[in-house]
Amino acid sequence: MWRYLIPLGIFIVLVVFLSIGLKLNPRDVPSPLIGKPAPAFTLPNLHQADQTVSPADYKGRVWLLNVWASWCVSCRAEHPVLNQLARSSQVPIIGLNYKDGRDVAQQWLQQRGDPYTASAFDEDGRVGIDWGVYGVPETFVIDKKGNIRYKHTGPVDQKAVMEKIMPMVHALEKEPA
Amino acid sequence: MKKFILSLLLLWSTCVMAGVEVHKFENPEQEQQYKRLVTELRCLVCQNQNLADSNAELAQDLRQEVYEMIQNGATDQEIISFMVARYGDFVLYRPPFKTTTAFLWIGPFIILVAGFVILLLFIRKRRQSVALELDESQQARARQLLNNNNETNTQ
Repeated sequence: MWRYLIPLGIFIVLVVFLSIGLKLNPRDVPSPLIGKPAPAFTLPNLHQADQTVSPADYKGRVWLLNVWASWCVSCRAEHPVLNQLARSSQVPIIGLNYKDGRDVAQQWLQQRGDPYTASAFDEDGRVGIDWGVYGVPETFVIDKKGNIRYKHTGPVDQKAVMEKIMPMVHALEKEPA
Repeated sequence: MKKFILSLLLLWSTCVMAGVEVHKFENPEQEQQYKRLVTELRCLVCQNQNLADSNAELAQDLRQEVYEMIQNGATDQEIISFMVARYGDFVLYRPPFKTTTAFLWIGPFIILVAGFVILLLFIRKRRQSVALELDESQQARARQLLNNNNETNTQ
């Protein structure tokens, strides 16, 4: 009896582990920045080069930082979702235009709509490195105290907005500033 | 033909060099430090390559970052903690021993020990099955057979 049950048991354990492994996203590297203060930056505004954008401007508010680029294909997929989120104007979305050209980025937003409350222009990607960006698009949720509380790697879809990002935002809005 | 092969090889070698930036170091120690670090750190975009091997844009940027930190006199530890603070332990090809990575480090040894235990059990079981237990009448019969055999052999 055991002679057959043991290999069967090992087989079942293997199948369970492998099927969990199949469903895991290897791109989903947990960020060490969760719960830590959002890295400070002062970057030129994408639209007006003489103005700057900084996380310090949003202290006391819950906000999103969305890292995007015009060369990023999956940013196109998430853009309508961001536009819709911006229309509902529940939370400010700050764009971090990552390693891009000013002209192409502006054009991209003109064509597809601009969901961003403000757009920072990170031409050389230095701020991206500070934020641990490795796969554009990435979206961060920052609380009133200026701490990063959640990170979504890859394109944001309706499901991620409804099930993760907005519940997080609503919960954080109840926290004291 | 030889010339053709040679020119092909030359072409190939330029392809290989295409992604490598030229860095100037003040001394060989810094160059060694740079080489050591870019082989120790993982590229997060192409996850099975280190920074030295990867041509991804992020890898280029991070190589540049490592280079500049070395130029400013940063130690290995400072550069590694800079990377870990941003990308987590995942950037290290040799992650530190922690509760989350314990199974990663000990797991292979557990499996090795389990393998030995199973092997030992298997051997012991086989040895037991070889040592048959005979009751008295069976032993007598065996003796008789062996004796007969001896007699036939000596004849």
